[in-house]
Amino acid sequence: MAYSDKVLDHYENPRNVGTLDKDDPHVGTGMVGAPACGDVMKLQIKVSDDGVIEDAKFKTYGCGSAIASSSLVTEWLKGKTLDQASEIKNSAIAEELALPPVKIHCSVLAEDAIKSAIADLKSKQGK
Amino acid sequence: MTKDIARKPIYLDYSSTTPIDPRVAEKMIPFITEHFGNPASRSHSFGWTAEKAVEEAREEVAKLVNADPREIVWTSGATESNNLAIKGASHFYSTKGKHILTVATEHKAVIDAFRELEREGYTATYLEPEPNGLVDLEKFKKAIRPDTVLASVMFVNNEIGVIQDIEALGNICREQKVIFHVDAAQATGKVDIDLEKLPVDLMSFSAHKTYGPKGIGALYVRRKPRIRIEAQMHGGGHERGMRSGTLATHQIVAMGEAFRIARIEMQLENERIRKLRDKLLHGLQDMEEVYVNGDLKQRIPHNLNISFNYVEGESLIMAVKDIAVSSGSACTSASLEPSYVLRALGRSDELAHSSIRFSIGRFTTEADVDFTIQLLKEKIQKLRELSPLWDMYKDGIDISKVEWAAH
Repeated sequence: MAYSDKVLDHYENPRNVGTLDKDDPHVGTGMVGAPACGDVMKLQIKVSDDGVIEDAKFKTYGCGSAIASSSLVTEWLKGKTLDQASEIKNSAIAEELALPPVKIHCSVLAEDAIKSAIADLKSKQGK
Repeated sequence: MTKDIARKPIYLDYSSTTPIDPRVAEKMIPFITEHFGNPASRSHSFGWTAEKAVEEAREEVAKLVNADPREIVWTSGATESNNLAIKGASHFYSTKGKHILTVATEHKAVIDAFRELEREGYTATYLEPEPNGLVDLEKFKKAIRPDTVLASVMFVNNEIGVIQDIEALGNICREQKVIFHVDAAQATGKVDIDLEKLPVDLMSFSAHKTYGPKGIGALYVRRKPRIRIEAQMHGGGHERGMRSGTLATHQIVAMGEAFRIARIEMQLENERIRKLRDKLLHGLQDMEEVYVNGDLKQRIPHNLNISFNYVEGESLIMAVKDIAVSSGSACTSASLEPSYVLRALGRSDELAHSSIRFSIGRFTTEADVDFTIQLLKEKIQKLRELSPLWDMYKDGIDISKVEWAAH
């Protein structure tokens, strides 16, 4: 299978791999996917009191496109407000990485991971 | 790492195909250019030369498996041999019954021939093997019915390399008067085959798994007691009417030479390959959460099929692109299905997806194995550091008990 240069770059040099303290009230954690489907993404965001994403970390079990999609969104998330973050669409991820049709679900999963992390943060902060 | 490395990956996929041995190529070439005659031409020396070469090759193929040369029928490869044997014998003996029996882990060329017969009105049983990949003899015996006409079991499994007890299975078939076909594509040059002793009626062979060319194979058809098959290819009545079509002299000569070399060298070669395989196994088993698929004892020395838990299959294949191996995950082809062979052993989808088949061969060196061990260790560690599942495992969470939102 031919991967785009951008997918290969993120796969070879993934950005922002790691874990944030999930018990920190400023940290939202999203975990989406299932092992049996071949993809599990964990995305964490750390948000300042004024609602700006200061840090983002990921870990992904999945194919090269899944790793690249989650690596890319951690780059995109930093510096964004939660509202801006929730506007990130899977189509933009797919376009940036030039994902082939069979790999579109990886970008969908990355979008779901963002939404899930934001929802986790909001429920923690009681908003 | 740059993409445009000119260096070829290390080849560890000998169960997919083998290079033609240079000695085989040398013997083959004159039959493309100089001795181009049609072996069926009886009226001139071009034909006679070709015919003599074909018959010598037939003797070599027969010798490797201790058969009579008259029991060897040339085909285009093991897929054709399997089709000819299964359909040919099932059709010929259909008055006995219309039940056929095989194993769920057979090659697609057997499974699909069975499916075709099912469409024609036959009933098929696909027996599940034990978790080690081997067929339970009692279960096999019980699966045979009064109307069973044919059973087909492969000698050596292509994915996991396990060796079935062909003698015992054959004896059960003899007792029950069932025609017994064996796909031996992965067995020649790797295990001893003695068809004078083995109770086997039909056996399929391939050249390109044993350092011969692609596009040539053979079917063994027992003479005593005589087994009859219906031809699938009709025409000039070549191969005693069982398989028409002008014989591919150069490929046949090459298959004969490849099988001759296999007969002479297989003992030493297998010892050497076993040492390499064991070294690879021990090197990889240093890591946590690795699982060998299939029985390790009743197995050809060439094969190591191993699953790396908590690492996704396709990213694993990307990570090991400096070696040429096969994956238990069919992600690279059209479907996204995990290996049906590993699933039949009861492996989870995750473990099936994260499996790699290493198959070692004649030209594998110790340096190749050392490189592979180091590469795998480095890449598996990297992918596990990326894997949320690995973290969960390390935290003592049982991943099978987590409720995942399926997507």
